[in-house]
Amino acid sequence: MPELKDREELQQMRAKYERSFQAEQKKIIVCAGTGCVSAGSLEIYQRLINLLEGRNMPCAVELKNEPEAGLTGIKRSGCHGFCEMGPLVLIEPEGCLYLKVKLEDCEEIIEKTIVKNEIIDRLVYTKDGKLYSKRLDIPFYKKQKRLALEHCGQINALSIKEYLAIGGYRAFEKALFEMSADDIVQVISESNLRGRGGAGFPTGRKWAEAKRQRAIPKYIICNGDEGDPGAFMDRSVMEGDPHRMIEGMMIGALACGASEGYIYVRAEYPLAVSRLGIAIEQAKKLGLLGEHILGSDFNFNLTISRGAGAFVCGEGSALISSIEGKRGMPRVKPPRTAEHGLFNQPTVLNNVETFAAVPLIIEQGAAWYKSIGPETSPGTKAFALTGNIANTGLIEVPMGIKLRDIVFDVGGGIPGGGEFKAVQVGGPSGGCLTAEHLDLPMDFDSLKKAGAMIGSGGLVVMDEKTCMVEIARYFMNFTQNESCGKCIPCREGTKLMLGILERIVAGEGRAGDIERLLELADTISSTALCGLGKTAPSPVISTIRYFRAEYEAHINEKHCPAGACQKLKKLFVDDQLCIGCTKCVKACPVGAISGEKKVAHTIDSAKCIKCGACVGGCPKKAIKTAA
Amino acid sequence: MDFDYSIIDTVLKEWGYGASSIIPVLHAVQERYHYIPRAAFPYIAKQVDVGEARVYGVATFYENFSLEAKGRFIIRICDGTACHVRKSTPILEALRTELGLSVQKRTSDDLNFTVETVSCLGACGLAPVLMVNDEVHASMTEEKVHALIGELKTEVATEVVHA
Repeated sequence: MPELKDREELQQMRAKYERSFQAEQKKIIVCAGTGCVSAGSLEIYQRLINLLEGRNMPCAVELKNEPEAGLTGIKRSGCHGFCEMGPLVLIEPEGCLYLKVKLEDCEEIIEKTIVKNEIIDRLVYTKDGKLYSKRLDIPFYKKQKRLALEHCGQINALSIKEYLAIGGYRAFEKALFEMSADDIVQVISESNLRGRGGAGFPTGRKWAEAKRQRAIPKYIICNGDEGDPGAFMDRSVMEGDPHRMIEGMMIGALACGASEGYIYVRAEYPLAVSRLGIAIEQAKKLGLLGEHILGSDFNFNLTISRGAGAFVCGEGSALISSIEGKRGMPRVKPPRTAEHGLFNQPTVLNNVETFAAVPLIIEQGAAWYKSIGPETSPGTKAFALTGNIANTGLIEVPMGIKLRDIVFDVGGGIPGGGEFKAVQVGGPSGGCLTAEHLDLPMDFDSLKKAGAMIGSGGLVVMDEKTCMVEIARYFMNFTQNESCGKCIPCREGTKLMLGILERIVAGEGRAGDIERLLELADTISSTALCGLGKTAPSPVISTIRYFRAEYEAHINEKHCPAGACQKLKKLFVDDQLCIGCTKCVKACPVGAISGEKKVAHTIDSAKCIKCGACVGGCPKKAIKTAA
Repeated sequence: MDFDYSIIDTVLKEWGYGASSIIPVLHAVQERYHYIPRAAFPYIAKQVDVGEARVYGVATFYENFSLEAKGRFIIRICDGTACHVRKSTPILEALRTELGLSVQKRTSDDLNFTVETVSCLGACGLAPVLMVNDEVHASMTEEKVHALIGELKTEVATEVVHA
């Protein structure tokens, strides 16, 4: 593809690919998100191509330069979100979604759906005996509103041609030729777009602050670190629609006067790194990145910076230290990164999803964006919905949607007849919401009031078998491991809190532990240096707030109400099964089992240390556990 | 085995001879050796003109860098929230039992396998997951662990025969 010299050439190229894209009579879109790939979707993609070619049916894996009638386009797309049901294959223009597709199904898909326009019932979503052949009718998709993720699952994730074909780089073009930097900042400010990284800081204010700075050069950074366990929406955007995010960064660069950008991606995301790399190369080749872009005075270059595994690097100043080649440790603020950021220069740092929202706002306007969701938190939010829920996956919903709608309509409720207990939202910095919050609108402010936060958007659903104290211990263990160690409250405080929680789940809780936890939490939140430390106690505070009785049962009665804590389980011998072989007596290291030969044995629970040695030693599986 | 310094030179040529190239260089070295050999430190420090302690400090701060030799297959089991809730711990234990490893001993003596936990692989919809080198394995169970290890061991054995 030749380098584009001006705006007109870009428009011509876009129009050309638009025609080719629309000329494709059928489109077969195979999900190539991490989930579906690991379930074998790439083999399915290849098989479909082979089958089409074998039948001499015209098919195209790349968008053609000239429209060709009767062509079937076959595409590897980004994540469709319905990960639990993968590998997914979408057939357009019907919008028919096939689930759990196997290699053996490919022949039939071509034969029936592509050639004869018939739907294969056994591959479509079924619930309560009803078939849902169209993707958008499936309850999982029905209440969603996909904006940041709109192209994920619609276009070839690796093709700038397809991105152009659906109007890509139109917002950038508008910003570059029709708007001043002030105009851009104003639109973003008016839209009230709040940073999707977690805390919800107004993006417009951040950009305005960086724009005001006189020092040059300025930098723009995309935070794709996403170290939050239980979250993967940034990954899906970077893998599934990398150009959208790059376009957002370019608009941000125009607004603030930055000429260089960095995308900081976590090292565990090799696919995202490679797809972003491809996208950058494509944009460079077209002259959308580089010097004098589209004949203008705007110069912009992008570099991918790989993280190396440190949760704290999600924090702005720590991330910047990491790009500079230092330990990723945060510093005291102010000055904010907008004034003193990367290499001490003015720097704008936003999250992947924030940048992905920018092109839409520029194209459709601030008023349009504000019409979605509540006034103070407009727009949509992508969540990673996981845990004990029927439809795990990636979702995007309008802000302000009720938790109930997410869990029961989009998520399909708790599988296996389980009962909803809680949702952990916002990862290690967030908190738990319970059944009483099911009607709470999900937005930045409402969640904060309930003692949780949107954070990076992980939603982990838990059923009645999940122990909340153990979950609190899990998160504290995570933050304790990930603390960079620079400030004492975080380094030492989280360690003390973890110690107490470990004791409680091991059945060694003492009176006063809850109060001690709350006191430590208060000190850490008010004195830690950075956001990681300040919010580290949140999961503990919120679980104590809503599940205090569970803590008390562990401490006072040495009992885990959820029956989850291993060390609080009691071992007993099922006397119907026991044959009195004495193997368990020999296996027990503390002499807690007694009994006559050939007669059922008993375990003295006061002596038992719950090591489980007897369980493995018993040939009749007669040793059972009880909560 | 002599250390291949050209790996470092290649990255520095691309990224520049400054401190901000330290992490990309460490990544490149680790990709080649599966860990960061001692010999890399003085050379990197000299090339980017910082103290050796600084390079060492960076290498030890980040979870992904290892100063100890790792196995040919690095099995990383995810212990993110979703995987944890869907019981990743028994899978980790099955892996360790199968390979004779423990919390302290993470790499097998024949240098074929390393087992470690990671905070999140971002594939939560498929929980519990693990990753063998760059490949994600979804919805793991203890039975699948046995099959997987069997396959990997066969792969190692075939390689030995061919070598």
